[in-house]
Formats: sequence, C-alpha cells, structure tokens
Amino acid sequence: MTVRHIIGASVPRKEGWDKVTGAARYVDDMALPGMLHGATVRSTIARGKIKQIHFGPGVDWNEYVVVSAKDIPGKNCIALILDDQPCLASEFVNHPEEPILLLAHPDRPKLRKAVEAVSIEYDSLPALHTIEESERQSTIIWGRDNTFKNFLVEKGDVDAIWKKAAHIVEGEYFTGAQEQLYIENNGVIAAFDPKNGVTVWGSLQCPYYVHKALITLFALPEEKVRVVQMETGGAFGGKEEYPSMIAGHAALLAMKSGRPVKIVYDRMEDMAATTKRHPSRTRHRTAVSKDGRILGGEIEFTIDGGAYATLSSVVLSRGTIHAGGAYYWPNVRIRTKAVATNAPPHGAFRGFGAPQSLFAMERHMDRIAQVVGISPVEVRRRNFLKSGQTTTTEQTIKENIDLDRLLKRALELSDYAAKKKRFAEKNKAGTNRKGIGIAAFLHGAGFTGSGERYLNSLVGAEAGADGIVRVLVSSAEFGQGTNTVLCQIAAEALGLPYENVSIAQPDTSVVPNSGPTVASRTAMIVGKLVQSAARGIKETLTKTGLLHEDYSPEQFRAACKEYIATHGALKSYARYEAPPDVFWDDEKYRGEAYAAFAWAVYVAEVTVDLTTYSVTVDDFVALQEVGRVLHPVLAEGQITGGVAQAIGFALYENVVWQDGRMMNNQMTNYIMPASMDLPPIRVFFEENGNVHGAHGAKGIGELPMDGPAPAILNAVEDATGVRFCSIPLLPEDLFEALRPEFNEQAVPSSVRGIA
Amino acid sequence: MNPSSAESAKRGISFIVNGEAKKVLAHPMERLLDVLRNNLGLTGAKEGCGEGECGSCAVLLDDMLVNSCLIPIAQANGASVVTIEGMSAHSLMKPLQESFLECGGAQCGICTPGMILAAAHLLDKKLDPTLADIREGLAGNLCRCTGYMQIFEAVAKAARRRVTQ
Ligand code: FES
Ligand code: FES
Repeated sequence: MTVRHIIGASVPRKEGWDKVTGAARYVDDMALPGMLHGATVRSTIARGKIKQIHFGPGVDWNEYVVVSAKDIPGKNCIALILDDQPCLASEFVNHPEEPILLLAHPDRPKLRKAVEAVSIEYDSLPALHTIEESERQSTIIWGRDNTFKNFLVEKGDVDAIWKKAAHIVEGEYFTGAQEQLYIENNGVIAAFDPKNGVTVWGSLQCPYYVHKALITLFALPEEKVRVVQMETGGAFGGKEEYPSMIAGHAALLAMKSGRPVKIVYDRMEDMAATTKRHPSRTRHRTAVSKDGRILGGEIEFTIDGGAYATLSSVVLSRGTIHAGGAYYWPNVRIRTKAVATNAPPHGAFRGFGAPQSLFAMERHMDRIAQVVGISPVEVRRRNFLKSGQTTTTEQTIKENIDLDRLLKRALELSDYAAKKKRFAEKNKAGTNRKGIGIAAFLHGAGFTGSGERYLNSLVGAEAGADGIVRVLVSSAEFGQGTNTVLCQIAAEALGLPYENVSIAQPDTSVVPNSGPTVASRTAMIVGKLVQSAARGIKETLTKTGLLHEDYSPEQFRAACKEYIATHGALKSYARYEAPPDVFWDDEKYRGEAYAAFAWAVYVAEVTVDLTTYSVTVDDFVALQEVGRVLHPVLAEGQITGGVAQAIGFALYENVVWQDGRMMNNQMTNYIMPASMDLPPIRVFFEENGNVHGAHGAKGIGELPMDGPAPAILNAVEDATGVRFCSIPLLPEDLFEALRPEFNEQAVPSSVRGIA
Repeated sequence: MNPSSAESAKRGISFIVNGEAKKVLAHPMERLLDVLRNNLGLTGAKEGCGEGECGSCAVLLDDMLVNSCLIPIAQANGASVVTIEGMSAHSLMKPLQESFLECGGAQCGICTPGMILAAAHLLDKKLDPTLADIREGLAGNLCRCTGYMQIFEAVAKAARRRVTQ
C-alpha cells in the first residue's frame, strides 16, 4: 500500500476541485432569504468629538435600518487584547474611516447614496500622523504617553563594549505600510434570532477570535454565538482581527432588523478602512571588531500602531525577537515600542513585525561589511548563529543548524561570485546597472514565548461508520493548504489513504478551538495535535480489540462501524502540552522565544535602469531550511507567494497617506506585482527535522516575507553604490539619489555623468 | 428615483449564457458581473476590484476575454457569454484544471476562475505558448497568493498535455 508515503507527497488539495471549477463558495456567493445589505458610515476626520449627526434629504430613511453605538447590547468594543477599540464610535473618533453608524437596506445600490446623505459635524482635535509626531507627545492621543507597548531585551553588558570596538556602525532604516490586498475583500453575513443568538458566516482566519468578540459585544453566553468560516479568498493576516469588526457590524444590523444582513466591502472601502502592515523605524548602533565580528549593539525598533492597540503589542513582540536576525550577539540591548497615531489601526500581515526589523538588520549587515572592508558574504559568515549559541533572548539553539552551508549553497544556486564579478565589469558603461544582494534570516514558528501555553489549543478527530475520519479544528484554509496538510498528517497517523480523511468546515458549533490560524503555527503546532488526536482513534479501536495492527481501510471501516454501533460515536481529542524544555520569562523577555526557527538565505539579482529609474528583479533564489517539507508543491507555493508579496513591499507597494487616510485606496493606484513584474522565483529546501512539529515540520508561511526586501536593496546598492535605507524604494527615490545634478555626493563616481 | 421608476427604467435583455438563451430584466447600466451573480446565480466570476484591474470577474463575451465588472448589461444584449461554470465542456478545461491542481496554481482560489478563463483564452489562440506568452496572456489577472510561478507552470503543462493528447 502507498499509505505510508502521504507525508512529503504532493497530494491533491482537498478543496482544489471546487476552486478550479468555480464551485467553491465564498461569503459573497451566499445569500439568505430576506437578506438585507449593510453599509458603514465612517468618520471623515482623523480625530475629534462627534457633535451632531444629520440624516440628509432625498433619502426615505424609513426604508433603512440604522444602528448606532446605543444599540449595542454588551460592551462597545472589539474584544482582542486591550479592548480599547470601539465597535462604533459614539463620542470621539480617533482615525479617518472609523465606523460611526450602520445602515441596512434590501437593495445594495441604494446604500451608497444613503451613506453619502449622512453628514456628521465634529469638533476636531489635533491629530498625530507619524512615529516622530507621536513620540514628541505634543498631544496625547492614547494612554499616558501615546505608547501601546514597550519591550526591553538585554543580554550581556552592552555599555562596556563600545570601548573595545574597532568600529561603531550606525544606521537608521524605515519600512512603509503595506496593504494585504487579498483579492477577496472582507465580508460576512450575520443572522440573529432571540432564541439561538448570533450566527456569522464570513471570510476570516480565526473563528474563535470573532466568537470572543461577539460574546462581548452582545453579552451572550458562548453557545449563543456561532461563527462559520466560508471559503476565504486570501487573508495574509488581513483577516485575523478585522473580521471581528465587520462581523459585529452585520450582527448588530441583523439584530435590529430581524433579518439576515450581508456586509461585503468594495475594494476602496476595504483598502481605506481595514488594517495594513505597521510602518516601522529601526536604529542600529553596533560595536564591531577589526575582523568584522559583532561585539554588541543597541537596536531601537519602533512601529506605528495606528489609533487603537489591537494586535500591535504582539506584532512588536515578534519584531523585537527577530531584530537581531540570524546572528550571534554576545551583548545586546533591544528597546522597542509601538506608538499611537491617528490612522486606522495597523494589524497583522504575514511576518508580523519580523519583515520590518529584519529589513533593518539585513541592510545593516551590508553596512557593517562596508565599514569593516569585508564582503557581505564574509560578514554574515563571521557572525552566524551556531548550534549551542544563544539568541538575543538567550534561547540556546538546540537544533542542528549550519548557516554557513546554507549560505554556500545559496551562493552556488544563484551563481553569486561569477555574477558579482561580471556586473562590476558591466556597470562601468551603459545606462543599466546590475547588482546582486543577499539576505540571511530566521523566522520563529508558533506563538511567541508563552503564547502557545495560553492558547491551550484543542484538536479533535471523529470517525464515521463509513470509516472516514474527519479532522476537527478551527484552523482555517485561506489558500495556504491547511486542509490538505492536516489531512495528510491524520492519514499518515492512521495508516489510511489520504482520501479516507476529511476536514470539517470551521464552525464554532462543531470544531474545538485549535487556536488562530496565524504565526506559521498550523503545520507545526496544530499538526502535532492532529497527529495525536488521530492516533487516539486508532488506539481506541485497538484497545477495544476491534482492530489489529496492519489493518486495511476496509478493516478500519468495519471496526469504526462496530464501535459506533455500541458507543454512539468515535471521537478523540488532543490538547497542547508545552514541551518540558521550553522556558520563557515574559517580564524580562528572555528565554525560549519559539519552539523552532526556520532559516533561510535569499539572493536577489536586480537591474537599475538609469533612464527610467526603475528597479527590476531579474532572478531570485530562495533557499530555506524549514524542517520536513510535508507537501512540496504547497510549500513551494508558500515561498513563491511570499517572495512576490515581499518584492511588492520592497519596490511597488506605496501607501500614500494624507492626514491619516490612505489616498490611493484602489488597485489602479496601489500597485501589487502582476505576472509581468516578477523574476523567476527559484525555490529550494534544505531538509533538517526538529523535534517539535508533526513529522519534523516547522512553520513556513511567513518566512518568505522577511528576506526579499533587504536582499533587493542590498542588490540595488551593489548596482548603484547608493545606500537606500527605506522601503518601498520607488523610481522617484532613485531619481533623486542618482540624478547627478540633484545630488552630487550621493552618486558614486562610477555612475556620475552617465544618466 | 422612486422604486417604480427604477423598475420602469429596467429593460429586457436577451443573451446566451453558457449556451443557453436567457432573458433578464435589468437596468441597462447594471454590470454584467452583477447580473450573472445575482440574477442568474452564476457566482464563479468574482468581484476583486470593480474597476477592471484584477481580472477575477473575467468572462468570455463573444469569445473575447472581458472583465464583467466593466460591462454594462446592455452591451451583452444579443451576445454570448461564457463563465467558468460553462467551460466544463471546453476541451481545454480538463487539462487546465488538472494542471492547476497538480502544480499548485490555485491557493485561495478567488482568482482561479478568471485565471483559468484567461489561460483557456490564451491556449485557444496559441498552441504552444512560450513563458513570455503565458506571462503576457495572464497580465490582466492578479493573484496575491501564488506569486504566479505555479500558475505559469500549470498553463505550460496544460498546453503540453493538449499537444500530446
Ligand atoms: S472585479 Fe472586475 S477586474 Fe477586478
Ligand atoms: S490563488 Fe489567491 S489570489 Fe490567486
């Protein structure tokens, strides 16, 4: 039987056929009888007091259901961490596009006019729009000091290190906001009835986050809130916390109208009002020895959280822990903070703070190399973490890692040395400059520190009388392959063919809380629990004597049938248990930050066109060690997709802000990479099992977001000699730096006089 | 405009959808996308942007690949429209769907109906497309999940399959 080889095989995606035939059901493909459509009236200013709301003429308001904060039966907040974000603003608004009123009508086109007919008078208040403005505290917009959260990581004695340094290397790095730009906008349908409470169907990542938020908003007991995840058209973190907001809105309208209500945003509303990646600023000051070894340093990492706390503390945490990169720091002090501004709250987006702080680290490594006078390759080689050494949080690397070897292989795969030479020669003439750059990095899988212990995830498996085992998890499929990978793991654990395992639609009335579908935790952490739950089924059957080793699917079916005939059902559950050797101190931010890290070296090759000032990525090598690859095609797809998003982050995706509002909230003026814009993305894996995950798998989904941006900017510097420290890097930035008459100093002699 | 005048502004539109004659009552400026999805229950075409950028609403209109979010229904009067649901009989569909599944061409799947229609349209015109042809043929279809590589592979594989079949 081929049963034994399900892990590591590229079996067909569970819901794949529905997707390629157009039969897959997303929330906007669903309608309920008598359903109304909902819309949101939002603030037009960044900060102020609501004075008065006028319902303008030309609209028959009797046709509309109107909901305001007064209609909220429970607590007016989106319950998450600090519960500071209102579901509907009642007195004050703190950012543009903040929801104030909700309208519902049977006819969707009639809503737009009604939304426009509502006018709101404000007493506006001073607003803050950048990290620097927030730090200056000229006005306090949140808490006591505009700060959502601080972390301090200290290792060794940084203050003593400066006098021993041969070089002190400083740098400041910036990353911009980035829109997740899932192709399916946020959307939900909600229904309410007094007896059963609230039911929500939606496009979402974390059914139990929405569940918790609705319980708080409606003051209902757990069993009176039901959340069902529909097929979800991309998420990338953008459907982690926001769905709680839109679900709350639709449910309030459903309660007031007594009818089901659908709210599906159009693209402009989705881009303007929902979360984006946190903009960041990182400062490095590094003490380096004569031969380019890091002796110690200070890192300051600051993110712009927008107007409410939402997930900023957690994003900051991940950014903090990744700030030192894949290197050994004998001494380090990392000070980080998330600050408030009057923009819509920034939120989860693939990588979750790590792409920001790693961008800085990997640009800074190239800077250190220059100052010391060694190559970007050598500086990394001399500072790589090794097994047995400790990270910045003093986590001992127990797994067997060999970053030198990873780097060497990446250089070979990209033909780095030969290209570097060739480009240097070619760049002496012509109107193009070519360059090649690298980034080496890590990404922690699972929740940070004590997070997994708090989540306390529960997973189930249920066998039917037909011998089909159904996996019960709240982990959502939104393209990454959750359904497929978890079924593979269960099938392997049960010794059954892949076809004999299915997965339940995430529905909080059916599946237990296996935690949110975030943080690259699904394959590793939930996967391990699925494995245990599946084994539990098998054990029940063998212990009762209904099944013997080396069974066939037919014998398994017969055993299930018999067991169920006597006992009614055959279910098994597995709960998360923290590995005994994991220690984490939340106060000092010290200890085992993650159960496992994935490691990678990426190489980007670019052309800078000195006529158009555009950067093209010509080739991209992505080499990673992610433990066991459970499904090669899905794994490769995660990497290519992540690299593409990160190329966008580096070179195209520019959120244009004005007074806290996104001005280019359309696909026509916010540019993501299309099929013509991307280089061949060549993906390679180095396999190396670790002890924590199912079959030695580590997280994979976020890793590819971390490396491309610094690799590309390192390549641009290699091509042009100009040190760019901010992304997105747009043609106008290159123009300013490279046009000789604009800026003589910034232009290296090799470029001067040609453009 | 009160509801009755809105009703009276509606017109009868006759067109062929997936090979079947259909008649709908719609305002002439209503989008083909909405008529397909709401009046005819054909939800395979998706709205990603509503302004002709993403291609997730792609359908064939008299054998041309169009974004149905930009087509007023009046323009479809008398025309023949094919959506992903109506493609099952097309000889390219099986190889395309199978290749998309094998190569990982569909992740979240929201761009997939449009992507497959664009691919079928390309393969109808080009027997043996180069990678550059494929990139160009799919240039109007955005995918945020895959980074396109596996989609290119899927389309190339479907083309090879057709040649060998
Ligand atoms: S929805 Fe029609 S092109 Fe995007
Ligand atoms: S598969 Fe998700 S957008 Fe293409």
